[in-house]
Amino acid sequence: MLTPFKKLWGMACWIWSHGNRPAKHLSIGFLTIGGFVAGVMFWGGFNTTLELTNTEEFCVSCHEMGDNVFVELKPTIHYSNRSGVRASCPDCHVPHNWTDKIARKMQASKEVWGKLFGTINTREKFLAERRRLAGHEWDRLKANNSLECRNCHSTTSMDITAQSTRAATAHQTFLFTGEKTCIDCHKGIAHELPDMTGVEGWK
Amino acid sequence: MRSFLISMATVIGFFALGVSAYSDGAATLRQGTPILTEPEAPKMNKVENKDVKRVRNYPEQPPTIPHKVRSYEISTNANKCLSCHARTRTGESQAPMVSVTHYMDRDNQVLATVSPRRYFCNQCHVTQVDAPPLVENEFIDVEHILKAE
Ligand code: HEC
Ligand code: HEC
Ligand code: HEC
Ligand code: HEC
Ligand code: HEC
Ligand code: HEC
Repeated sequence: MLTPFKKLWGMACWIWSHGNRPAKHLSIGFLTIGGFVAGVMFWGGFNTTLELTNTEEFCVSCHEMGDNVFVELKPTIHYSNRSGVRASCPDCHVPHNWTDKIARKMQASKEVWGKLFGTINTREKFLAERRRLAGHEWDRLKANNSLECRNCHSTTSMDITAQSTRAATAHQTFLFTGEKTCIDCHKGIAHELPDMTGVEGWK
Repeated sequence: MRSFLISMATVIGFFALGVSAYSDGAATLRQGTPILTEPEAPKMNKVENKDVKRVRNYPEQPPTIPHKVRSYEISTNANKCLSCHARTRTGESQAPMVSVTHYMDRDNQVLATVSPRRYFCNQCHVTQVDAPPLVENEFIDVEHILKAE
């Protein structure tokens, strides 16, 4: 009954003492199952970490995010509106799709780097860097056809007869025809804008 | 002693002022609500967003804005209004171009871009709400005066 465990323990000791030499004495079965278990644990841990970091509280825990972009979000329609639906930072900035999510998190590690080296740790530095940071977001949203916006606003359930004439005309001529995507027309929807000279469509 | 008298007089003066304001309804903005009670806040009216241009009362009047402008940024960094109303943007936005006066400096020289003195649009152009006027408006359109003669 206990033998398999003893054997396992023996193997563990063997692995421990032999460091990372090739596992020529381990069975394929053990490697597969062991790998699977480790994988599940790793994935689960990763998932939990993602869930924890996917909250507004986490984002604004850095003063770089809290003092600049968060205070600017507050008076906008995405923070308080008649429907009572609030878009939080990860709704617009972290894709909900799994693979995209990981790719995004990998990029986020660069932010932690930025924190350590203080690229934007004062308001002045933030304003100086704002055009670059905003550019990253515009490029991302342009590339994914404003996926995050569409997670909440779908064109198929958009009733343009209920919209203002200005909105309906713009959406009909440019959005439904696929000529433009949300971020082309709706820059600065959640935060103040950087210097817009040279940005297409701005004066 | 003198300063004591002065401060007493001041206190009594303020007290009298408070009492008179309280009793004869002088504080008109409170609409007769006693000073110690919190009046009910008036209803906030919605900004009109009908996209229909309004008649100007005289030719030089800055037209009122027929659409909402919530969160439209006008700063050194960006001018949201010009992203639709600038000359080169009107094809896409179908918005009326800011008139030529907006491109003129104070010597009536027409510039290539909107003149700095016309940059802050909401200094002259305002939105409207659908609300009963707080004071009576006695303005008479010049057309009516001409007709009356
Ligand atoms: C460790 C502190 C910290 C946390 C937590 C944090 N950020 Fe950041 N964020 C930064 C810094 C620093 C930068 C600037 C990085 C640089 O200079 O490139 C940044 C940049 C950004 C950018 C600019 C885009 C880009 O790619 O350059 C976005 C968007 C952003 N953060 C969103 C978020 C969101 C959403 C969260 C929560 C999921 C979050 N941040 C959490 C510190 C943080
Ligand atoms: C979490 C869901 C969510 C996400 C993500 C989201 N929105 Fe919204 N958006 C809303 C809600 C809710 C409203 C307010 C609806 C109402 O009550 O009128 C709104 C309103 C708007 C409005 C109307 C503004 C106004 O003044 O009437 C625009 C434009 C808009 N969103 C664009 C965007 C764009 C562009 C993105 C992507 C960058 C985006 N939204 C992402 C939920 C979302
Ligand atoms: C061609 C430019 C253009 C594109 C592309 C575009 N919009 Fe708009 N949108 C407008 C204009 C113009 C308005 C009206 C003015 C305003 O609200 O500032 C508007 C208004 C809105 C409103 C408010 C509706 C109302 O009745 O006031 C919402 C919500 C909205 N857009 C969401 C979106 C979303 C989501 C996308 C992408 C799927 C999108 N828009 C793409 C130009 C555009
Ligand atoms: C409704 C969608 C939306 C929400 C909610 C939102 N953002 Fe953004 N964010 C954007 C867009 C779009 C940009 C690109 C720049 C622009 O157009 O203003 C941006 C840009 C940024 C930038 C780059 C610097 C800048 O201002 O351009 C940072 C950092 C950022 N967001 C962080 C946050 C954080 C932190 C939160 C939560 C407190 C948040 N965002 C909530 C849509 C959103
Ligand atoms: C999304 C494009 C857009 C933006 C942004 C915009 N407008 Fe307009 N504006 C229009 C359109 C289109 C009209 C024509 C009437 C209508 O559809 O509302 C108009 C009409 C007007 C008029 C009435 C002109 C007349 O002859 O009666 C004024 C004034 C005006 N806008 C001022 C502003 C100001 C000030 C801002 C910024 C705070 C602004 N607009 C932002 C599109 C825009
Ligand atoms: C100093 C006051 C002032 C400022 C600032 C100003 N305007 Fe005007 N605007 C006027 C006056 C007065 C008129 C009507 C007479 C004229 O055309 O000059 C007008 C007319 C307009 C018209 C109607 C043009 C037409 O031919 O129907 C539009 C649209 C307009 N302004 C938009 C804007 C925008 C957008 C801005 C900001 C970039 C702005 N204005 C800034 C005073 C101003």
